[in-house]
Amino acid sequence: MDYFLFGIYPYIATAVLLVGSIARYERDPFTWKTSSSQFLRRKQLIWGSILFHVGVLIIFFGHLIGLLTPLWVFDLLGVTHGAKQLLAVVLGGFAGVMALVGGGMLFHRRWTDPRIRKTSSFADIAILVLLLVQLVLGLGTIFVSAQHLDGHEMTKFMAWAQGIATFQPGAAAAIADSALIFKLHIFLGLTIFLVFPFTRLVHMLSIPIRYVTLRPGYQIVRSRRTRPLAEGERARDRVARPTPAKAPAAAAARPEPGE
Amino acid sequence: MRVRAQIGKVLNLDKCIGCHTCSVTCKNVWTSRDGVEYAWFNNVETKPGTGYPTDWENQKRWNGGWVRNSRGKLQPKQGSKWRILANIFANPDLPEIDDYYEPFDFDYDHLKSAPELDHFPTARPRSAITGEPMDKIEKGPNWEEILGGEFSKRSQDYNFEGVQKEIYGEYENTFMMYLPRLCEHCLNPTCTASCPSGAIYKREEDGIVLIDQEKCRGWRMCISGCPYKKIYYNWDTGKSEKCTFCYPRIESGQPTVCSETCVGRIRYLGVILYDADRIEEAANSERETDLYGAQMDVFLDPNDAQVIAAARRDGVPEDWIEAAKKSPVWKMAMDWKVAFPLHPEYRTLPMVWYIPPLSPIQNAAQAGQIAMQDEMPDVRSLRIPVRYLANMLTAGDEEPIVHALERMSAMRLYMRALSVDGVRDEAIAARVGMSGRVIEDMYKIMALADYEDRFVIPTAHREQVEDGAEIRGGCGFTDGNGCSTGSMNKGSLFGGKKKGFTLPEETF
Repeated sequence: MDYFLFGIYPYIATAVLLVGSIARYERDPFTWKTSSSQFLRRKQLIWGSILFHVGVLIIFFGHLIGLLTPLWVFDLLGVTHGAKQLLAVVLGGFAGVMALVGGGMLFHRRWTDPRIRKTSSFADIAILVLLLVQLVLGLGTIFVSAQHLDGHEMTKFMAWAQGIATFQPGAAAAIADSALIFKLHIFLGLTIFLVFPFTRLVHMLSIPIRYVTLRPGYQIVRSRRTRPLAEGERARDRVARPTPAKAPAAAAARPEPGE
Repeated sequence: MRVRAQIGKVLNLDKCIGCHTCSVTCKNVWTSRDGVEYAWFNNVETKPGTGYPTDWENQKRWNGGWVRNSRGKLQPKQGSKWRILANIFANPDLPEIDDYYEPFDFDYDHLKSAPELDHFPTARPRSAITGEPMDKIEKGPNWEEILGGEFSKRSQDYNFEGVQKEIYGEYENTFMMYLPRLCEHCLNPTCTASCPSGAIYKREEDGIVLIDQEKCRGWRMCISGCPYKKIYYNWDTGKSEKCTFCYPRIESGQPTVCSETCVGRIRYLGVILYDADRIEEAANSERETDLYGAQMDVFLDPNDAQVIAAARRDGVPEDWIEAAKKSPVWKMAMDWKVAFPLHPEYRTLPMVWYIPPLSPIQNAAQAGQIAMQDEMPDVRSLRIPVRYLANMLTAGDEEPIVHALERMSAMRLYMRALSVDGVRDEAIAARVGMSGRVIEDMYKIMALADYEDRFVIPTAHREQVEDGAEIRGGCGFTDGNGCSTGSMNKGSLFGGKKKGFTLPEETF
């Protein structure tokens, strides 16, 4: 059972996450959205949403860095396992409480406000419940961790995560003797991976990086031309062209209309 | 110089009768769907009033449009790019649906399905969001129709800035006008600039500003970016929507639905050539009162040989250049200078312009005669204060408004002399710096307003923009990617709406 849940299930969940997300982005881009309900009810959203999102982001990157950074990197930096665990507990605990308070506000709002309740899908409510339960489990692990502060338990999870990530067959064995609450936390986490592409969670993959980095200036002009105008001629008396259109690159090879 | 063409628009407020035909036909075509019941891509407001959504003109509250920052650079009033991203989890400048109104329908079914009662059954309003009965309807899309509501509320109208407004609350001194509003399809749109996803864009060929529904992620920054509040959040699909300028009609040379159905013939559509390289400089004019003039400097004269050569080089089709020469929008905005942009101080360089309305002489009733100045009615004594119109159309600069109103009243005097006395009185025309021939043309276009004079719309060049063989058997306009094979008959795996597919039934 452990072997399936922690040796095979991670691959199933991750595969569904990747393939599902790609398929959704490709096949149904119209459904790729944040589904914000701020417009229907501002109350409770501003604080709830900010606390929840910032908390979850800290937790997400904390897990990512904490679990997947090889142990020798920490050794090289002179960070003892105990210190790393303390950092994880303090930072994770702080962010966890933040996310839990924010998420709690969002859930209360979603459940009790008639406008939001009526316009919520089953998936909207279910994913919020899953995340809240996961936060409670995650915070619950702190009490278990507090009983052994040497960081040894934590290195086992790192070994497991890195074993899974590098396709080591025996990775599941690393956490076979861990406390139940850790196992539940991991299982639920993987389940959130599994349902990720079918919920609104996909919006976290849409980080507007282009907006602040690649996009020159503020404006966007699209040309509908299947064949762009001769570039040399147009560039003659000016320095920069506006953002090129969506079409030209793909359409450049098409034959001229009428040929 | 980089020449681009846009289908511009002018609304002659002098002739608007406030019938709302434009709003209703637009609604029936574009927003009769779930999630946008509250949205009116075109709406008509009674002014003075706070409008729809309430208080939309007050950018101190909504932070729409642009500002010059301390370094003299142009940036959205809600913040630079980083600032916008910092607000992505919760947008502090976003209106709530109650700032528009809670959409409702009436429970008509109850009228026929009610059991026998002591009292006559009534159709109670029900919220279109929750379906629950509503005790009281608090607001609607045209809540201040014909000066509805107390003056104390209506007078919070932003255009009263610098006007001694108290006297206009008195019955004898009151005034009103209609203001039909739609997306301005700006040269420098703040909605586009605010969109973190890059989903909003302006079309190079005809200047129409559209939202790519598949790229929109629902960050909702465009809603607060647009100072005209003409981007609407569809709470059902979670995407933003806006006036499309009826682009499928424009592409085939037809006027937009609102223009086509306007019974007052107040709407004009025509090509404007503009210099895309000068947009930023114009929008960044130092003084707000310079913006109207700066925008006119961006427009290019279609009769100028240099402009024509540059337009050809930049791919503007020949028939578009020809249409630009006959454009009623060019004539009213540039030749006669009677049309003005709505709130140029937002620095968006809007492309839907307005002709200010004439109104009865304010003190005529008291004095028993019309206030005259140089044998012309004094437009400064019109019932609608010039300052009010100037706040709306020229960032408070009264001179251009006075000039336009004088030309319009001169047109009336001249045509009266012509049709009653049979005299072509060039003196009247000369007093406003025009000739009789120009005034007669003005009369033909502004007063008679024949269909072909109002709408000079060249068709899109489909041979340049699409491959007929590829779109054969394709999908028409749908709400999102409804034609995608990704969505299944019984609801989509990814949470998309169920889309019923029914074959027409055969009847024998």
